[in-house]
Amino acid sequence: MTHRFTRRASLALMGAAALTAAAPAFADEWKPIKPIEMVIMAGQGGGADQLARLFQAIIQKQGLSRMPILPVNKGGGSGAEALRYLKDKDGDAHVIMATLNSYYTTPLRTDIGVDIAEFTPIARMALDTFVLWVSADSEIRTLDDFVASVKASGGTWKMGGTGTGQEDSLVTAMLEKEFGIKVTYVPYKGGGDVATALIGGHVDSTVNNPSEQMGFLRAGKSRPIAALTADRLETFPDLPTFTELGHPLVYTMQRSFVGPKDMPEGAVAYYTEMFRQLSETEEWRKYTAEQALLADFLTGDALQDYFLEERDKHAQILREMGSS
Amino acid sequence: MDVLALLADGFATSISPLNLLIVLIGVTVGIFIGAMPGLGSVNGVAIVLPLTFIVPPTSAIILLAAIYYGAMYGGAISSILLGIPGASTAVATTFDGRPMAQKGEAGLALIVAAVASFIGGTVSVVLFTAFAVPLADMALAFGPAEEFALVLLAFTTFVGLGGDDILKTIVMICLGLVLSTVGLDIISGEPRLIFGDMPGFYSGVSFLVLAIGVYGVGEVLYTIETSRNAPMVTPARLTFSELRAGLSKMTRMWRTMSLGSVLGFFVGILPAAGATPAALMSYGVAKSISKRPESFGRGNPEGVAAPETANNAASTGSLLPMLTLGIPGSPTTALLLGGMVMWGLTPGPMLFVEQKEFVWGLISSLYTANVAAVLVNIALIPVFVWALRMPFTVLCAMVLVLCIVGGYAPDQRMHDVWMIAGFGVAGYVLRKADYPLAPLVLALVLGPLMEKSFRQTMIAEHGDVTVFVDRPISAVFMAISVLLFLLPLIRLLRRSRARASNPAPAE
Repeated sequence: MTHRFTRRASLALMGAAALTAAAPAFADEWKPIKPIEMVIMAGQGGGADQLARLFQAIIQKQGLSRMPILPVNKGGGSGAEALRYLKDKDGDAHVIMATLNSYYTTPLRTDIGVDIAEFTPIARMALDTFVLWVSADSEIRTLDDFVASVKASGGTWKMGGTGTGQEDSLVTAMLEKEFGIKVTYVPYKGGGDVATALIGGHVDSTVNNPSEQMGFLRAGKSRPIAALTADRLETFPDLPTFTELGHPLVYTMQRSFVGPKDMPEGAVAYYTEMFRQLSETEEWRKYTAEQALLADFLTGDALQDYFLEERDKHAQILREMGSS
Repeated sequence: MDVLALLADGFATSISPLNLLIVLIGVTVGIFIGAMPGLGSVNGVAIVLPLTFIVPPTSAIILLAAIYYGAMYGGAISSILLGIPGASTAVATTFDGRPMAQKGEAGLALIVAAVASFIGGTVSVVLFTAFAVPLADMALAFGPAEEFALVLLAFTTFVGLGGDDILKTIVMICLGLVLSTVGLDIISGEPRLIFGDMPGFYSGVSFLVLAIGVYGVGEVLYTIETSRNAPMVTPARLTFSELRAGLSKMTRMWRTMSLGSVLGFFVGILPAAGATPAALMSYGVAKSISKRPESFGRGNPEGVAAPETANNAASTGSLLPMLTLGIPGSPTTALLLGGMVMWGLTPGPMLFVEQKEFVWGLISSLYTANVAAVLVNIALIPVFVWALRMPFTVLCAMVLVLCIVGGYAPDQRMHDVWMIAGFGVAGYVLRKADYPLAPLVLALVLGPLMEKSFRQTMIAEHGDVTVFVDRPISAVFMAISVLLFLLPLIRLLRRSRARASNPAPAE
């Protein structure tokens, strides 16, 4: 009995040793073995959600992943729900998260025990742009009209946007500071709701991403006033930028993917390659052109540096917001 | 007339052999997915989404819509047979469906559910066909103030009921509202009531977890105590004569069903609401207009018909904001929206102009999907009822397992399983103390919506509450709410007066 036991044990040991030795050789060929969860930091229907679902669609259509991608919306608390969720997934190779700027702002504003420097950067797909919108029924046609109307309203001007402390509210704060105006900021669950609220006349203006207003714009229901970009958007060649009107306000939203802390290296390589291929597809090119997105692919350490730099910038904006 | 011509073109697409086959497969898969606790139309649509690339976009959306529809029918099945809501939309169906099954009327309950679903779905599709485009504007008119008024109205339908103890109902609503505040605050992003720092509570208390706990587990505990050796349900069979009898019984529910259909459709259209609140509201309305409100919750078929018409009507209704505004009304429509973006279609007001073939193909397929779903469902009823013949000891264990799986599956967290166990015990105790559970569930569904819309209105109006009566739509809802709240009082007065003038009532 003893003899057999030892033999079995030693066999097992040898097997284990062989496996360990073989593991590094397989590392660069890591492949997902179950469906990949794509956590979305926002509710359904907004810009972040539509984009994440587009990525899912292209990945599946082009066969870029051998396992299906399952999008999961965790939009609660300005993305805090998603961040906490990812924090609990240390080392998981089958979960990725689609980020937006609340990736920095939410942990800066609330102590939710998340440090984004711990997460694994995968790829930045694009920078989304912001435009000031009013309803097509509105009298406002230029930026000067807008500023005059807001001033005349005496603080009752309603600006719709996503959760307090998220991108839309930061852009609103930038506008308030630049023009010395005061608006009533009404938070909604997602950019889609915000866009609908503008068309329904429940708010007076918004700073939606172009993709969120595109459907309404084409139906002649909304009107862009000015873009918060450095240069004019190719999609709207006639739309002036704040910069050229003498107010250098530029703000973009990153659309990236990150993984949890300690994501296996093979998995990071796999997803990076997947998104690189995605960024070169015809569908993606067409979408970025139509929806006024700036495609700007970035990966690895450069992406992490970008994240940390942006985090500092946002800390600064938030401090200014708090002190004003 | 124009609409009819477009619809006819749509039928030309949806009645092609391929699309008919797709509808049939879709609803069958959907019914089974819907019947499995924890698997809802969301999972069904998500699983099938990648397969849709092999067919043209119109066929693809028809398949997804058929699954969505089938799941709506299927959700009622486990609600009735096992007392576990198969999907969140079918929670209200357990209120009376389960007691019916215990009385040995499982077959009848399933027939009622199937036919009511068919009627709700069909009425809703007809409304959709006729008024899709103008109604999109109505959905836009719904701002935070209107949303709040509507939610308040939903609550009053539950408070102003005759049968239950009003004080207990209010206590349960308050408890539900407290549960609904758990998690991250939607407006500021601060965590609330997270019991120290338990990450499980960040996403709040899931409504399905509560429902599975108090209904599924609570029910099992209660049954173990009350009928230890007796079979859990009397074996039920289904014959054609029973089917006929069931159908004739249903003709008497036309009022409940037509109300449920219209209500469901309109609630479904509102971007923020969806099928679950619609079903609960329809149940409340059916109970408050009923002549025998005390029979609800004790196996009244109308209590099955009301939520089932409404949830199917709402699921059609919620396609409207998705197509016309690009705003999904539910997680499933969000997936459908994703599908459309994938096929290069931009949802929004222009879709009806630019993509006529697609839109009308989809709408006409909802007609065929309804017919297919009701036929498949009725054909399967004997199979489902047969499952109830299992001995109590086996069935009981199976129900518990399904409760756990159903609670774990959506988010895959053990946290939810512990919550189910806790809610199960709580549900059992509350039931023993004769507290109504429906208002608790309702409050958890509507609480977050109510809080969000109230705070948005207050921010936008600088704390001026008169806005609720200044705006016409919200003023109407407010007025009805007050009326419903006073209704039991008026009824009481009337009854006492009737008794005074006529000492021996005819009944």
